[in-house]
Amino acid sequence: MKRRIRSQIMASILVNSIYAMINYPVILINTLLAPLAILAVVTFASKGTLLPVAAVGALIMNMVSSGTSLQQDLSHLKNDMRLQDMIVSSPTTSLVYIVGMAVSEIVYSIPTLAFLIVLNVIFVKITVIGGLIIFLDMATIFTFSISLGFFLSTFTSDIIQSWGFSGILSPLLTTIPPVYYPITYIPYPYRYLAYLSPTTYASEIAQSQTGFYSSSTSSFVLAWIILISITAVLTYLALKRSRWREI
Amino acid sequence: MRIKTIELSKTYEKKSRALENLSIDVNMNGIFSIIGRNGAGKTTFVRILSTELLPTSGSGYINDKDVIDQAEEVRQEIAVVPQEARPLPWLTPLQTVSSYLMWRGYSYREAKEKGKEALRELGLEDKEGEKSRKLSGGQKRKLMVATVISSEAPIVFLDEPTTGLDYLSRKELWQLLSRMKKDRLIILTTHYLEEAEILGDQIMILDHGKLVDMGNIEDLRAKVKLPYVLKVFSEDFKLEDNELQVHPVSERETFVYGSASKIYGLVPYLVTKKMKFTVEEASLSNIFEQYLGNGEEVEENEKEDS
Ligand SMILES: Nc1ncnc2c1ncn2[C@@H]1O[C@H](COP(=O)(O)OP(=O)(O)OP(=O)(O)O)[C@@H](O)[C@H]1O
Ligand SMILES: [Mg+2]
Repeated sequence: MKRRIRSQIMASILVNSIYAMINYPVILINTLLAPLAILAVVTFASKGTLLPVAAVGALIMNMVSSGTSLQQDLSHLKNDMRLQDMIVSSPTTSLVYIVGMAVSEIVYSIPTLAFLIVLNVIFVKITVIGGLIIFLDMATIFTFSISLGFFLSTFTSDIIQSWGFSGILSPLLTTIPPVYYPITYIPYPYRYLAYLSPTTYASEIAQSQTGFYSSSTSSFVLAWIILISITAVLTYLALKRSRWREI
Repeated sequence: MRIKTIELSKTYEKKSRALENLSIDVNMNGIFSIIGRNGAGKTTFVRILSTELLPTSGSGYINDKDVIDQAEEVRQEIAVVPQEARPLPWLTPLQTVSSYLMWRGYSYREAKEKGKEALRELGLEDKEGEKSRKLSGGQKRKLMVATVISSEAPIVFLDEPTTGLDYLSRKELWQLLSRMKKDRLIILTTHYLEEAEILGDQIMILDHGKLVDMGNIEDLRAKVKLPYVLKVFSEDFKLEDNELQVHPVSERETFVYGSASKIYGLVPYLVTKKMKFTVEEASLSNIFEQYLGNGEEVEENEKEDS
């Protein structure tokens, strides 16, 4: 990677995660608490049987929250601080800005991720291949949510609007769909509705590895195709159709 | 350094017309001041030329590069402080400047060094390590200026950089800008007309998105009807003359705007009456008032230089 681009990415990471974390450590608890709360409810309500599902679900939720919090962070920097104007008019391109900010969100959630990974290693029984599949699954849903978050942030004109977006996205993508519970728990006509959310496919892939959903090879492949397609569309939108320069 | 626009227009959301067929060609190093009333289109002009905003029609060029189609090339050469930019409260001034420099491509080390230097130039070195939220309004403004001047961008846009600065800080900033202007073009918008006059090697007056006039202070002065000011300090001074504009400032002070011959024609009378007075050339604020204030007309004088 060119030195210059490395600096540009580093700047986003420093500003949006490292310096912010040092200054507001309370946000770290905040990012941990959201997935943990649902995890606890699901685990207790199922008398422990759904803990492995919920543990993987919490990871998915963490990936999705990276996107929604990116959306809020960027809206704040854009609308309240006018930082985005300074970035747009600088040599940093929108792609480099997204990559830097995406990494900053990962850095931000390192404590949460570490906790969830330990939880998964202890309670979820998977093969090495299964682990690899779940990793790719998480990477894809992360790319999806970061693209969505960036795309939306460029259209916001104030912070309240951005709270609105994340308030809608969070439940629609993580709480309601079968992220924390097996897909098979949804009775039939409604199951089709669940498939409107890309997180359902991510979850199906993950649950097929943890043994909570037995899918045929063809539906496993189909889930991947759909998940990757949705992610590709969002990435395209973020890179080509976001409002980087205002109109 | 050169900025050029051809028939540049901007209409926001199909209604409000912010710029109308603005065509200018500025080819110089130094300070280009933009003045105009609130809503005149200054910020819109800055944002279009700095590739933050697309125009509705027309075109703009920075050093002959198209701001619409060659934005990436343009962005190598410009740096901007937007009118409403504020430092992030959780960063220290040094982190603010250095992260901006890193976004411009400098390494972490270079960015730190240059950042320190810029903070010193603006007298913020003792605030270097404090959180920006603890800075006063004017210090925050200075910090934003420090941020862009530390970059070596040859064209710098400063949208109202001195709003909220105390008089001495403003003068310090003027000195700094005068030092950095030699090999750069600084586009500066301001509501302090004295500042635009002192700093502006070229001054552009905008009104309702249209170009009112452009030139150095002498050019502008040459185009107004009343380029001289007589200031009389006496309680007894009374005057009525259709060719002069008389503005009582206080009981003991009256300003009279007029042409050179009319103004100097009053001098013998003032001398015989033993009244204290001064005669000056109209300042930019006098000119601004004549252009845009309560309907006072401007001579239909289209010649470019004086
Ligand atoms: N984002 C926007 N949406 C709609 N109208 C806008 C927007 N920004 C500016 N305008 C309108 O465009 C016109 C020019 O605004 P602009 O901000 O360029 O003025 P300005 O000369 O910078 O004023 P000021 O001295 O107050 O900063 C104004 O009438 C304003 O209402
Ligand atoms: Mg403005």
